[in-house]
Amino acid sequence: MRSINSFPRRHVALMAIASGLLLAGLAQAQAPAKPAAAKAAAPAGPLAGQVVKMVRIDAQTGLLGPVGVSQLKGYQFFADKFSGAGNPAGVKFEVTGMDNKLSPTESLNALKAAIDQGVRYIIQGNGSSVALALSDAISKHNERNPGKEVIFLNDSAVDPDLTNSKCSYWHFRFDADTTMKMEAMSSFITEQKDIKKVYILGQNYSHGVQVAKYAKETLARKRPDIQIVGEDLHPLAQTRDFAPYIAKIKAAGADTVITGNWGSDLSLLVKAANEGGFTGKFFTYYAGVTGTPTALGANGAGRVYQIGYNHYNMGGQMDKWMNEFKAKYNDDFYTGSTIRIFETLGAAMAKAKSTDPVKVAAALEGIRVQSFNGEVEIRKADHQLQQPLYMTVWQKAGGKYPYSPENTGMTLVPLKEYPNYISSTPTSCQMKRPS
Amino acid sequence: MEFFIISMLNGLSYGLLLFMLSSGLTLIFSMMGVLNFAHASFYMLGAYIGYSISRFTGFWPALVLAPLVVGLLGALFERLFLRRVHKFGHVPELLITFGMSYVIIELVQLVWGRITLEFKPPESLQGPVFTLVNDGIKGISLLWGAAPADVCSAADAAVRVVCSPFPATRGFMMLVALVMLGAVWLLLTRTRIGLVIQASLTHPEAVQALGHNVPRVFMLVFGAGSALAGLAGVIGGSTFLTEPAMAAAVGSVIFVVVVVGGLGSLSGAFFASVLIGVLQTFAVAMDHSLVSLAQQWGLSLGPASLNNSYLKLTLAQVAPILPYLFLVLILIFRPRGLLGKREG
Repeated sequence: MRSINSFPRRHVALMAIASGLLLAGLAQAQAPAKPAAAKAAAPAGPLAGQVVKMVRIDAQTGLLGPVGVSQLKGYQFFADKFSGAGNPAGVKFEVTGMDNKLSPTESLNALKAAIDQGVRYIIQGNGSSVALALSDAISKHNERNPGKEVIFLNDSAVDPDLTNSKCSYWHFRFDADTTMKMEAMSSFITEQKDIKKVYILGQNYSHGVQVAKYAKETLARKRPDIQIVGEDLHPLAQTRDFAPYIAKIKAAGADTVITGNWGSDLSLLVKAANEGGFTGKFFTYYAGVTGTPTALGANGAGRVYQIGYNHYNMGGQMDKWMNEFKAKYNDDFYTGSTIRIFETLGAAMAKAKSTDPVKVAAALEGIRVQSFNGEVEIRKADHQLQQPLYMTVWQKAGGKYPYSPENTGMTLVPLKEYPNYISSTPTSCQMKRPS
Repeated sequence: MEFFIISMLNGLSYGLLLFMLSSGLTLIFSMMGVLNFAHASFYMLGAYIGYSISRFTGFWPALVLAPLVVGLLGALFERLFLRRVHKFGHVPELLITFGMSYVIIELVQLVWGRITLEFKPPESLQGPVFTLVNDGIKGISLLWGAAPADVCSAADAAVRVVCSPFPATRGFMMLVALVMLGAVWLLLTRTRIGLVIQASLTHPEAVQALGHNVPRVFMLVFGAGSALAGLAGVIGGSTFLTEPAMAAAVGSVIFVVVVVGGLGSLSGAFFASVLIGVLQTFAVAMDHSLVSLAQQWGLSLGPASLNNSYLKLTLAQVAPILPYLFLVLILIFRPRGLLGKREG
């Protein structure tokens, strides 16, 4: 029968605990990438018929997976729109996704797999930690493999280092970096006299650290009377319960929280704030991203702000696209960078009369295109897209601003626009161009 | 003050959720002699099955049915797998639960996908259960349900009024855990079947000789332990998140709980769960570092040590390792755990 003597039993149990803790972090099987569903429009342009294969390496599983999945739909939707006659070069865009589980290591494996498949255009955005690793790996790859160069199109990673101390010739950023967003956000906060005590909460990785750094720096410069009552970094995409942080924020007496959080880290934070009775303001980067609108609900009305390069009610063609996207996928499109990537890439390929990444990269430098809200430019000095920024606030949808994300009945209403010449910030990048 | 009360309640409710999980684990441990690695997976199964049932029947029937289904699955697992490898000793038993935990995770991802599900608590649990009102003049008072807006906003701007609602989901979590604790305790100590279970845990040969079917008792305990994990899953999944990593998120912490509490001790598991829940919640709020500690003691530090990134680490930042540090310290200084009796 079963042994009652506890010595060997305990021995086994302890071994078990030790091995369990070690193995708890084992990775799970790789998710299959979804095939692109692109269909060519009528051929036109100098490169008609040529196919540009692109791979988006991003998280499609885990807590932040829903964001990557939604964005990949956006790429496939717009690859369709911009293929063939949709771009001046006449090329056909094909975008597939590879899951990186938000891990830099997995991303490098995915990068290698993509390059082996002959892909020369890599897209990524979620997680500056991933972007820094990819940018570095792609620069090295291009140095060592002339003739097989790869271009890195960054749609959302906003760590300023990517276009400053760690800038790379092969990296192009289409989001606005934290220096730009914080400059605009702090200018807006300067006018809000009721903001007196600010709490900074962020994810514990490069992005969260940079947001905290520039929030403090710009506020100290523009509103020295504002008191920073607390600052916290929490683990990225692991916190399931933000109630302890909300209790802490309330105890600190904060009237405003500044956060660069995104995905579940923002939606769960907002949910905990609603449940915990925090009535202060939130200044965010990503209130419009998958999951967060639902968490905000009617509770966030008038006190949740977002600084971004686009919003839900851009008007014109963008409105039609967004409604079409919603009808097709029952999802919301919020990553406007997707459109800019196809716009600039099409223009650069037409200018270079080639899809060769070496010629396209040279053509992308300093290129200007008409985008959904006026002219945008890829600054030659650091490859940062120069674009207007918008401060928006979460409010009831209707009238001029009808688009309601996640069927919440609410929307982001623009309060202030910061045109290119205001949103632009200096760079310290010393670009090394291939000779 | 309201910070302390709310944080304490947050910590207690999290601790009690851990207890719902670890009570089954520690019972099964007393019986099998090895830790059941698949236990947290049954917690996850509870959440997913509860989600699926709730889409047809609503939340409340799911709260009852899902644990029953999970309990049944647990009993089947014991009957069909564990019992077969039992004769080979503890290591194969351990390994089969370990393998099973991965099988369950992968199966769940195949059936329900890899993305977080929207498992919402019912309407009746979505508001606050009570609200603490801290008025600058009138002091702290307690209102059941949500507080009206005029109570929470002071007429006079100089008076600071803070309302802290406590979510009903967490109150419900605490209630269920306490009811469960009472029920399990009554079952084990006051009923005939409870006496047979207790006897089988310590003296299986004698109980067998008296004519009881001991293997069936073990199957029952395994099933019941899994059902408790399933119940915790329905509540935890709807209060926090229902996603494939939820088993891994609690898996290692409940091992800490049963070791710290004393392997096989139900009351030990209770104290350890609450202790770790409260510890983790309060650690988040502590901004004390070695630097601030040294300054409080009046030590003057040079600029090098002031900017040392290790000395600057706050308790809030190291909060995630605290339970495991606790585990290591307990194993060194009190290997049988806080309330463990089962020492050779």
